Amino acid sequence: MTPELESAYSGRKLASRFATGASSVAVVLALLPLVAVFAYVVSRGARAISIPFFVEPIGERGAGMANAIVGTIQLVFLASAMGIPLGIMAGLYLAEYKATRLARAVRFSADVLAGVPSILVGVVVYAVVVVWMKQFSAFAGAAALAIVMLPLVARTTDELARAVPDSLREAALALGASRWRTALFVVLRTAAPGIRSGCLLAVARVCGETAPLLFTAYNNRFYNDSLLDPTSTLQVQIFTYTMTPNDDWHAQAWAAALVLVAIVIVLGVVARRLLDEKVPG
Amino acid sequence: MLESAEASAKMRADKLSAWFGDKQALRSISLPLVERKVTAVIGPSGCGKSTFIRCLNRMHEVVAGARTAGDVLLDGKSVYGADVDPVRVRRRVGMVFQKPNPFPTMSVRDNVLAGLRLSGITPPDPDAFVEEVLGQAALWDEVKDALDRPGGALSGGQQQRLCIARCLALEPEVVLMDEPCSSLDPVATAKIEELIHDLRERYTIVVVTHSMQQAARVSDYTAFFYLGELVEYDLADVIFTKPSDPRTEDYITGRFG
Amino acid sequence: MTQRALATPPRLPPQPPRSLRFAGMGKSGSADRTFGALGAGAAGALGLVLIGVAVSVARIAWPSIQASGFSFVTTSVWDPSRGVFGALAFVWGTILTSTVALILAVPIGLGVALFLTDLGPPHLRKPVSSLVELLAAIPSVVYGLWAALVLAPILRTTVQPALAKIGGPLFRGPNVGFGILCASLVLAIMLLPTIASVSRDVLRAVPAELREGALALGATPWDAVRLVVLPHARHGVFGAILLGVGRAVGETMAVAAVVGSRADISPSLFAPGYTMSSVIANEFPVASSELHIAALAEVGLLLFVITVAFNVAARILVARSNKSAAGAQA
Repeated sequence: MTPELESAYSGRKLASRFATGASSVAVVLALLPLVAVFAYVVSRGARAISIPFFVEPIGERGAGMANAIVGTIQLVFLASAMGIPLGIMAGLYLAEYKATRLARAVRFSADVLAGVPSILVGVVVYAVVVVWMKQFSAFAGAAALAIVMLPLVARTTDELARAVPDSLREAALALGASRWRTALFVVLRTAAPGIRSGCLLAVARVCGETAPLLFTAYNNRFYNDSLLDPTSTLQVQIFTYTMTPNDDWHAQAWAAALVLVAIVIVLGVVARRLLDEKVPG
Repeated sequence: MLESAEASAKMRADKLSAWFGDKQALRSISLPLVERKVTAVIGPSGCGKSTFIRCLNRMHEVVAGARTAGDVLLDGKSVYGADVDPVRVRRRVGMVFQKPNPFPTMSVRDNVLAGLRLSGITPPDPDAFVEEVLGQAALWDEVKDALDRPGGALSGGQQQRLCIARCLALEPEVVLMDEPCSSLDPVATAKIEELIHDLRERYTIVVVTHSMQQAARVSDYTAFFYLGELVEYDLADVIFTKPSDPRTEDYITGRFG
Repeated sequence: MTQRALATPPRLPPQPPRSLRFAGMGKSGSADRTFGALGAGAAGALGLVLIGVAVSVARIAWPSIQASGFSFVTTSVWDPSRGVFGALAFVWGTILTSTVALILAVPIGLGVALFLTDLGPPHLRKPVSSLVELLAAIPSVVYGLWAALVLAPILRTTVQPALAKIGGPLFRGPNVGFGILCASLVLAIMLLPTIASVSRDVLRAVPAELREGALALGATPWDAVRLVVLPHARHGVFGAILLGVGRAVGETMAVAAVVGSRADISPSLFAPGYTMSSVIANEFPVASSELHIAALAEVGLLLFVITVAFNVAARILVARSNKSAAGAQA
């Protein structure tokens, strides 16, 4: 290289080093809060967690969160039972009729729906379900969570089903399979590992969803007798305790946060495992 | 015209044309497919030979924007009739694709049974049935200890014979093969060719191939396609020894293609 | 076509009996139609949810729209007990917190994305990527807890006194920890993974040939980013930022926990404020009068319009960016 080029290059090399350094600093800055949140949740949560936490219902000093834990599980199960089949069905339809105007419109609105603040989903469920049933209920909360899940599950299914090679669809059709059997037994089955993992991520997401529950499932100091009663959940309880000035309740909130974060992470790890189980061929 | 071929035709294309969107891929093809004989369709890439056999079992219409005109007769009856269910046509006219496409998430056994399962049928004795069909496809001896392994774990040639078995399991009357050996090595190719030879006893077979040697080896009748048109159709011996159209001669002597 | 006739038709061997074991079994027709209808129904339901959200929020909001008219968005007095509702303070709080959060999160998020695609050492990319996704997985309400009990006290004792020395309209006023600054910080943390992961996907979609072309000309990694990657992906990166805006505007729980919950308009970052989503979270469950509920729903309607607008714009930009990248690849 000529000396001019050489000196220009050393300048550019310096700039590149600087850019790499800056991006590394960005990574550190991004991970700092992660570490901080984690450290606090684990240390404060571990200190506060106890056997009563899991077996006693919400109450004064020494009480637990048993009914909130049950409530969260109840809502998430019910929401999954509604949201996952509907979402998979819709996603499969989007993929199998991918080029139709309906499919394109729905795909777009699902993406937009995924970006609508979840608290508005709560407002809608309040307007439709709570007002109609004249009370807050576990069912209303589950419906809100199901709506939050719906676009996530549908779009994941859609993406993965569209990634199934057409050669497999043709193979099935050439065997005289009808379109719906092809979709269910070939496309869905081939895309199943990814869809399962997508569903788990959607479940993980709604485990932490709080805003849509504030005025649907509401809250309850006791176990709810039926799905038509309001129910307490870990999420809402964390928020309620956050907003109090009481140290005991703060401790309870940390413990609940630990449980919640643990659930979310376990689901995330399982989802990733499922995805990594490579399909041979 | 080969009158005998017309007389013993299992299937017949009648002025068949096909389009992808605005692009015409086939121009008024009329061609008999003789019962329990092997008909080879040869021609350079893009000549419409794959499109042709995909029209025979109504797979052409699976592609968005694809349409056809003219007719295809199976045992003298139109497969494009208004009341004909394409699913039933495909049950009778099976297809093997260019690239082996066993269902990757199914075992070898399930791949064989896939066609029936997809139609909601379980054979009375599945194990015996699987053995019988894999035997027909000359694959049983090689995979009898690997029936529960995924279909995608077999070698390329074995995968292709598995796809043939999967097709034969439905007991079709006609078997369409779209360049079945183009992604296989010579040894696997030889096995498939041998298999085609044996299957002729029971099935009417149509093989699309870009290899003239293969067409000469396996086929009884040969059709030469060029730019979407049928140039020449005759007994394979005749096509490969004394073709009457100069374009056919140019092609088989390797002057283009 | 050759004209030829064979003397005798070829004699066929007797055909082996074709088993009819499975003939005629297996149906398609009506089942296919049922499947199509069910699928279309499910997809249609999904499409209708978005419209349903808009319609039902608007319907509850209607009494307030009638009562307050345009003054709803131009006044800032929010007094449920007197039935006076002006939402300007919430709009202001939302804009202020989102802006500050974006100023912090965009450069960091972009830096992370570039680290993951171009600049970082390859062996670190995967673990960093997983950690960023973990950041996104932590529930909002947990961030709220952390922000209220850990971040806010730190701001009160350390950060805000230091910033107060700089002075100016931004950094003055009461120092309680809770307020716009705290909400903005926690928002920035929550936006980071969105901006980083969407930008990463957009940057990854830039065809490898373009990068390699630049590198083969003797470009440094940063040159390649500056001259080829970023110009190519700029629409998509902008889309990622807009998605971040959508999230910032809609984020509820963490902000509600620390924003201070006061309907005031103040330029100070230390002052307590309120955002559109957090006022709904706090007041909707306890609102008793119909007009109060309607006013909150009208805030929700504003929120809906804003987030949908940002999301639609973002989706279009990201899709176009990825498509043009795919086109260049083909």
